[in-house]
Amino acid sequence: TSAAMAAVCCRGFLSPLCGRLRAGPRAPLRSAAGTAAPPPLYDVVVSGGGMVGSAMAAVLGHDIHFHDKKIALLEAGPRKEYDRVPDSYSNRVSSISPGSATLLSSFGAWDHVCSLRYKPFRRMQVWDACSEAMIVFEKDDLDDMGYIVENDVIMSALTKQLDAVADRVEVFYGSRAVGYTWPLPSHTCDTSPWVQIELADGRRLQTKLLIGADGHNSVVRKEAEIKNIEHRYDQSAVVATLHLSEATDNNVAWQRFLPTGPIALLPLSDTASSLVWSTSHEHAAELLSMDEESFVDRINSAFWSNVNHSDFIDTAGAMFRSAISFLKPSGTAVRQLPPSVAKVDPGSRATFPLGMGHATEYVQHRVALIGDAAHRVHPLAGQGVNLGFGDIACLAHHLSAAAFNGSDLGSLKHLLKFETERQRHNVSLIAAIDVLKRLYSTRLAPVVLLRTWGLQATNALPPVKVRI
Amino acid sequence: QLSSFRFTVKRLFSASRSSVDSEEMRKFQLLAHKWWDEEGEFSALHSMNDIRVPFIRDSLLNMSSDYHLGNPLAGVKILDVGCGGGLLSEPLGRLGASVTGIDPLEDNIRTADQHKSFDPVLAKRIQYKSSSLEEIVEESMETFDVIVASEVVEHVADLETFIKCCSQVLKPEGSLFITTVNKTQLSYVLAIVVAEKIMGLIPEGTHEWEKFVPPEELERLLKANGFSVKAVNGMLYNPLSGSWSWMESTSVNYAVHAVKSGAQGQSSPADPLSEMEGEQPSATSTAL
Repeated sequence: TSAAMAAVCCRGFLSPLCGRLRAGPRAPLRSAAGTAAPPPLYDVVVSGGGMVGSAMAAVLGHDIHFHDKKIALLEAGPRKEYDRVPDSYSNRVSSISPGSATLLSSFGAWDHVCSLRYKPFRRMQVWDACSEAMIVFEKDDLDDMGYIVENDVIMSALTKQLDAVADRVEVFYGSRAVGYTWPLPSHTCDTSPWVQIELADGRRLQTKLLIGADGHNSVVRKEAEIKNIEHRYDQSAVVATLHLSEATDNNVAWQRFLPTGPIALLPLSDTASSLVWSTSHEHAAELLSMDEESFVDRINSAFWSNVNHSDFIDTAGAMFRSAISFLKPSGTAVRQLPPSVAKVDPGSRATFPLGMGHATEYVQHRVALIGDAAHRVHPLAGQGVNLGFGDIACLAHHLSAAAFNGSDLGSLKHLLKFETERQRHNVSLIAAIDVLKRLYSTRLAPVVLLRTWGLQATNALPPVKVRI
Repeated sequence: QLSSFRFTVKRLFSASRSSVDSEEMRKFQLLAHKWWDEEGEFSALHSMNDIRVPFIRDSLLNMSSDYHLGNPLAGVKILDVGCGGGLLSEPLGRLGASVTGIDPLEDNIRTADQHKSFDPVLAKRIQYKSSSLEEIVEESMETFDVIVASEVVEHVADLETFIKCCSQVLKPEGSLFITTVNKTQLSYVLAIVVAEKIMGLIPEGTHEWEKFVPPEELERLLKANGFSVKAVNGMLYNPLSGSWSWMESTSVNYAVHAVKSGAQGQSSPADPLSEMEGEQPSATSTAL
């Protein structure tokens, strides 16, 4: 599947613009003089006001070359903002990479996040349930590796920054797009060259560029008839807010690969952590329905129990480890012990199904996909929203340059540059995450041995680790 | 409308007095509706925007201190001579300029008008007129801040008349931007044999090598008519990638930025370089 994905994503280099023939509904004929005024024309419309869509609109709104442009953001839900964080933590959190934090601070949103609530972490320890193999990520210079931020906090920060550019960005809350009409690439006499959007309440908009940020079931992607390679994992993720047995520095993110799926503990504060446990649908349902004490017990045993170890693997792993420490004395790090959990926030348990997806094209004439609309990954690597923020940084860069060149914003020329750059970056990462998920889904000795050695070797080799 | 009809008739019968070449007009007539197909006959002109628009924009920004990056050419009046379907007028309009696009071929103007009509901002900022340069001189003396004549001078009948007219409609210290093809063996091979006959990058017969203009000749004519040449840069088209880039050598395509001298008819005092250039018979290319 990963190889197929890579093959499908290649395109002929000699004629990059060819082959994007539009197959959807045709553009409407221009109305005769005297009928209703044409729908309002925007330079960019972002469909989907989640973290990625809102950030995209905000970045463009703060771009100096978009000073005189009109941007619209369509969001089906209500406005999300608060001035003070509620006392309890939200159970949906994201691991924000330093690169994403840089993007958010480029238009002033990170300051709001910092003033609300966030938790930096310095270290990430990832280990196997079937062996002693472990890999530790940390930055040499004691910098933060990443930040755990509640999704609601990010949304609130983005809403504030959208307000700051309200003269350029118009946000339509409670508005769902129900239909898109696409223009012909080189339009003829009577057809409008713009994308037509119809909202649920009957209002219509026109735009020179439509950005689809409407999640993994993207309507924009479906209406544009862009093929999506998708795969449902037989897994659901269970999330919850947990309280630790004792207060600790809590600046480490923990992840253990169980045969049923990875379990992760992400720090929220010195006394609280967020749980993300990917497991089978049945087990997820079980975890959700059991009483709180049993739930906490299960979590602790998932992190601490060695029931999946076998002597054979342990010996083989130990041998490999001594070999490495002989060759590379600093290659084995100290194993820290994860904190133990005392209780779970009542009502914070929830579950959602997991899957993988990748759009074969990220762009078409006057359309671009970003975030989960373009690619959906397993949460095991904490990369989902960071990939989306990476898409934003790249697309905004190309659109800004196009605006400063006076180009037509919907032109495939610069949209293809965005697609090439991001596919090159995303495909290998998405494939790697998928491979990791499959690799760690088994107890079979040979696979465990391979991944044990692989993990130990990777832990010992700085160049490979830095790349990750 | 009767007057415009008379203009049309007059134009067809007075080719010898103007810089418009009726042969050239016939060639472009057939392609009038194909301007906006980005992958069609005019694809090379579409991609040329990637270098000629930044060239014009940055040259103008460098000479001015009062601009906003969100609307860099606001308040600038530009004349796009030989605008064709408006390929260059539209980006300049998007950057904030007030553009007047003229082209002797009515079909081109019709295509250009039709294309800009869907964008209310452009529709206001750009005005198209079916006209030759000579015909607007009388009503447009010293009206424009900038004239762009891109891929035009290799099609005009009388280059000196053309430059004189440019000088007349340009304000003092106004800028003239020209892009065209050099007259060399290399340009014959690349621009005519390869581009037209072999690879079909542009329609056959678009260019005639005899009418290509060497940069030395262009510079001579510009200086003789009150312009000082600020920059001459070579351009190169890569047919595989379909993109243009700047290069040191002007042997194939090149771009020129010239400035009309000030009201007193002298070069501005902060410009010792161009006075030196004037004393040397052979012009030197300056890299951007």
